[in-house]
Amino acid sequence: MSEEVNAAAARDERPVKVEVRHLTKYFDTLHVLDDVSFDIKKGEFVCVVGPTGCGKTTFLNLLTKIYEPSEGTLKIDGELADPKKHNLAFVFQEPSSFPWLTVEENLKFGLKVKKLPADVIEQRVERIIKLLGLEEFRNVYPASLSTSTEQRVIIGRAFAMEPDLLLMDEPYGQMDIKMRFYLEDEVLRLWREIGTTVVFITHNVEEAVYLSEKILILTNKPAKIKEELVNTLPYPRNIASKDFIDLRRHVTEQIKWW
Amino acid sequence: MAANKVILQIRNLKKSFSGKNGEVLAVNDVSFDVYDNEFLVLLGPGQCGKTVMLNMIAGLIEPDEGEIILNGKPVRGHDPKIGMVLQRTALMPWKTVMSNVEIGPKWRGVGKAERQAYCQKFIDLVGLTGFEKSFPAQLSGGMKQRVGIARAYANDPEILIMDEPFGALDAQTRYAMEEEVARIWDQQKRTVIFVTNNIEEACFLGDRIILFSNRPATIKEIYPNEMARPRDMISEEFMKLRTSISDNTDLAIDTL
Repeated sequence: MSEEVNAAAARDERPVKVEVRHLTKYFDTLHVLDDVSFDIKKGEFVCVVGPTGCGKTTFLNLLTKIYEPSEGTLKIDGELADPKKHNLAFVFQEPSSFPWLTVEENLKFGLKVKKLPADVIEQRVERIIKLLGLEEFRNVYPASLSTSTEQRVIIGRAFAMEPDLLLMDEPYGQMDIKMRFYLEDEVLRLWREIGTTVVFITHNVEEAVYLSEKILILTNKPAKIKEELVNTLPYPRNIASKDFIDLRRHVTEQIKWW
Repeated sequence: MAANKVILQIRNLKKSFSGKNGEVLAVNDVSFDVYDNEFLVLLGPGQCGKTVMLNMIAGLIEPDEGEIILNGKPVRGHDPKIGMVLQRTALMPWKTVMSNVEIGPKWRGVGKAERQAYCQKFIDLVGLTGFEKSFPAQLSGGMKQRVGIARAYANDPEILIMDEPFGALDAQTRYAMEEEVARIWDQQKRTVIFVTNNIEEACFLGDRIILFSNRPATIKEIYPNEMARPRDMISEEFMKLRTSISDNTDLAIDTL
């Protein structure tokens, strides 16, 4: 970690939520991830950017424990991460709602699986419906929603779990600027209200600079951390301000291959 | 675009379809001109009727009303002077890159040696030199799109229509392909009609940008774009144009 990161980390008094040390992954002889170490503070919003094909998805799959690392450890609250004990939630690029359930039933689904008390489920779902303005869609099935609204439901569902760690893999990848800004503001609002720790993977540098408190810039395969960048621009951010543009340019130069 | 010679005139196009809930008007009274060798972008939100309009221009579907006039003559049905690059590349998976690219000249009866030499030029132009014998499944998404572009050029169209060709690519590959298309257009001047729902892409590529409303598609505004090429997406000038178009676009949030 650079001195700047250390200094900023020292000012940040939140406890460490996720501790990643020497994470390395080989598929046979293909070296995908090389000795990646970093911390995520409780409630932090971290964005991960890197060139196309650098191993971002493998990185994510290691954080979700879908893959076991070849070397290295992932700890949550000081304990080795275990999907049976810790609450890990994901949002993928393609919306993944259950088509046979209404919006409200989709929001309740994970909470029921976790066997939370009925009143807690009720209270959390109502809060998400209110935060996302989904009241009129409560009893609607996903098939009658547009992709963007369906994705909003999925993101709401993930936040309703109040997970230890929420992993989002380019959830707004195919959406246009106008919709993206709207959804980015919405995800920031959810994050701020609920206080979830978020790792958000994206190809889009502007998005990373707009959302993050910290940006992890990955190198080409085998992916290492090229730079860990603390983003102290005050929210709400102005995409046309000089500071924003300077940061966007810097991150773009770090990953540019095209 | 300096000469401003009109090559294609679109006049009062109208098209509706009958659906479950009665008639759906997809395109309503759209008229515009296309200039010789310009890069024209048609920009509109998803499902606004852009593809219907393109299909009418390409002669794939018949308009209910209105006319399409190419070089002063009304277009009836498909005209080989208008070529197309699609979002789903529609490459033939059992054919090599060369066989895919040469299909147009082959059907027109051009001899093998001649057409392959001709097609090689376009394969080189799109940066696929060395991949002539590869099959589509061996190529990445961006490379498949390059094959589609080379194939369209090999038909030697006067007007090249590109229907959201980069919609399925990731943001960075998309940037790379946008730069490619701008370079190819610069080297092989053609009239291009490029359809997209991506404002950033429109500002990067277009000499002019025609912004459409939500369905039924009507013209909302036409933006001239004279920024010097190659364009810098993070420059103040660029952000200004992008923001003004974005402010003029409807947010497509569902309502009941």
